[in-house]
Amino acid sequence: MKPEDLHYAKTHEWVSISEVGGAKVATVGISAFAVEALTDLVFIELPKVGAQVEAEQPFCEVESVKAVSDVYAPVTGEVIEVNTALPDSLEILSTDPYIKGWIAKIRITDESNLGNLLDFAAYEKQCAEEGH
Amino acid sequence: MNDESELLRTPLHGWHVAHGGRMVDFAGWSMPVQYTSIVEEHQATRKAAGLFDISHMGRLIIDGPDAQRFLDSLLTRRIDDMTPGQVRYSLVCNESAGVLDDILVYQIQLPEGGLSGYGLVVNASNRTKIVSWLNQRRGDFDVGIDDKTADYAMISIQGPKAIEVLDAICDHELTSLRYYFGVMARVASFRSFVSRTGYTGEDGCEIICDAADAGIIWTRLIERAEPLGGGPVGLAARDTLRLEAGMPLYGHELSEQINPVQADLNFAINLRGREFVGREAIIEAQKNHQQSVRVGLQLEGKRPAREGAVILHGDEPVGAVTSGTFSPTFERPIAMGFVKQTAAAPGTPLAVDIRGQHHPAQVVPLPFYQRGK
Repeated sequence: MKPEDLHYAKTHEWVSISEVGGAKVATVGISAFAVEALTDLVFIELPKVGAQVEAEQPFCEVESVKAVSDVYAPVTGEVIEVNTALPDSLEILSTDPYIKGWIAKIRITDESNLGNLLDFAAYEKQCAEEGH
Repeated sequence: MNDESELLRTPLHGWHVAHGGRMVDFAGWSMPVQYTSIVEEHQATRKAAGLFDISHMGRLIIDGPDAQRFLDSLLTRRIDDMTPGQVRYSLVCNESAGVLDDILVYQIQLPEGGLSGYGLVVNASNRTKIVSWLNQRRGDFDVGIDDKTADYAMISIQGPKAIEVLDAICDHELTSLRYYFGVMARVASFRSFVSRTGYTGEDGCEIICDAADAGIIWTRLIERAEPLGGGPVGLAARDTLRLEAGMPLYGHELSEQINPVQADLNFAINLRGREFVGREAIIEAQKNHQQSVRVGLQLEGKRPAREGAVILHGDEPVGAVTSGTFSPTFERPIAMGFVKQTAAAPGTPLAVDIRGQHHPAQVVPLPFYQRGK
């Protein structure tokens, strides 16, 4: 997936939405900008398959050497799959954040917040403003 | 968090910003927390030479006829036997043995005879408190108490190649400089005080120079360190380095609610034949088997325990973590914390509650890291 084709939450998660058997499924990860800002990631606590998550609420944690950070669910729904390869090879988040670095797939149950997601251009603008 | 514009700036602030330093509020100073990656900066120090701007630390001069007696009345270690150039780690305690600060004392004697007295290097977060404490305790002592923090800068260079890097631009031969001693020397031709001290567990030096000269000294050191694999290091790696070296950090392992005995700093207490503030309470603390004590913890898994995490012995809470990180050297989580004495013996299997999950941990001797001699 190319970063240009993804949508983004203000909290730096990326989202790719596809149709699977009539349901909308969001594949979710964290943006290259966020991974670079975090640096030195050492741990991820993946969400549980089956968990109900709510848009803009924490659903996963990543830890760097320095601190723990929440990852926010960009959509509301049920976690149907998690990337079990991540905990033992966190470097994927930096080397391939948008393909192999996906964190979870969420079956969307409420589409009302999808309009809050940013397109690539709007997200890039936000990152430029945040600098770091 | 203060507004960035209200923060104090070291003489090297512009350099940090220009070289990608991520600036944070540290004790009211705008300081670089990291430039690139914490792990890379950490390893650059362990393997080559890390450069640290520590100008935010407080630098006080105590002089006058009673300077030695005055400091001896306030510090947990004796001053009267210090020789010129010697540096000593000491604590400043209140009457109840609570630690007001941990400091370095420098016995200073300039060859020109201009200045004779003691330099104190205090934590940035405690500078105003210590200046007030000294003034409050001055009484009839004939001493001068000067806060010279803004006049000087302070640079630390640490790591196996630190001496080689600094020696190349220093007019004093540093390989023969003894540990915890310092000399007046010229660094990049500027008059400086160079001491063989540090806060990383590595060999190295700390340089105190005029604020105006810091930029050139820093740049010269960077130029020589980088080809050897060294470079600038921010506060985050300074923290992982000192944690691996088992060194306490004020506000974490030390506070006014913690006495030096609990903090396992008996080496920094000298009771024999002296009187100083907190002495009686320290003697009491030495007999107290109920108080919790500082320990090192090694955790299983990859998740670091952070400050405040509860430490358990079986199901019983026995203490809390005061500092924790993922150790870049050992590639596993390490922590320091305070636990009941019954749970403090090395080897004791404990657990740390990290966001509701109990992670197995074991008490291990401090320091975690000791450099090869």
